[in-house]
Amino acid sequence: MTCTLVNAAIKWSIKAQHVCWDLSSVGFLSVVTMLSKKEKKLIKEIWERLTPVAEDIGSDALLRMFASYPGTKTYFSHLDISPGSAHLYSHGKKIVLAIAEGAKDISQLTVTLAPLQTLHAYQLRIDPTNFKLLSHCMLVTLACYLGEEFTPVAHAAIDKYLSAFAAVLSEKYR
Amino acid sequence: MVEWTDFERATIQEIFSKIDSGVVGPAALSRCLIVYPWTQRYFGSFGNLYNAAAITSNPKVAAHGKVVIGGLEKAVKNMDDIKTTYKDLSVLHSDKLRVDPDNFNLLADCLTIVVASQMGQAFTPDVQAAFQKFLAVVVASLRKQYH
Repeated sequence: MTCTLVNAAIKWSIKAQHVCWDLSSVGFLSVVTMLSKKEKKLIKEIWERLTPVAEDIGSDALLRMFASYPGTKTYFSHLDISPGSAHLYSHGKKIVLAIAEGAKDISQLTVTLAPLQTLHAYQLRIDPTNFKLLSHCMLVTLACYLGEEFTPVAHAAIDKYLSAFAAVLSEKYR
Repeated sequence: MVEWTDFERATIQEIFSKIDSGVVGPAALSRCLIVYPWTQRYFGSFGNLYNAAAITSNPKVAAHGKVVIGGLEKAVKNMDDIKTTYKDLSVLHSDKLRVDPDNFNLLADCLTIVVASQMGQAFTPDVQAAFQKFLAVVVASLRKQYH
């Protein structure tokens, strides 16, 4: 299974306009074991803090993604994704709450995300390259929101977590 | 040739006039070395890079961060022909420094994050898009002379 993920990851990387280190090729398990106890605690704390403002964080990240990577808008033709729209807030909220839920117990990520795995694999079928784009925009949102508090250490931890999250989401794709 | 809208031009000029290059350059480079530790492979002569604290306080990292921002400021002054402006820099990175060009994107991402945390809410989605377009042109120009 790791082999298929590696091949898939290589193909996705070539397609990606935004090329960044593709940790999904390393696979969920390796990323999780590379998160120290300290990092897992930090990740959990940060996402707990963001839960009350999930709508704002989520919609902000989505808007950034749509502005920088217009191709991502193609997945939202059924929604109103203009700034301030109700759809944007509710969808952004869903995403952030799912990320926060996973952060509560990262070692159980595959269990927590099982229903979302099925949804993404069989219904949404979002090309996994896009997970990297949203992850990057999520990090930018966090930087704007947390300022100095978004230290390099926090950045590294959350980047690793979001890569693991994306890897788990795409596990059932094939 | 790259087409810049008035908004993009103004945004890039404004960002670079507002940021403290003495702070942003070192912050972006040290963040890159921390978040993507394999990039340390190019800085063997920089001494202590063992942990985040060491990297952040390393004077060679800080000095080099300023050099990188200086290079970007050249591109800002020559937005209509970054490719030519960067010809020698591209040759340098390819032939002498032997930097894997994929790493340019990693540093670009860290620079985006540092500018974002400095500008806060002023770093809107449209400002981000303009900044990332600028960095994409810079990266493409740096890649150009690789062979």
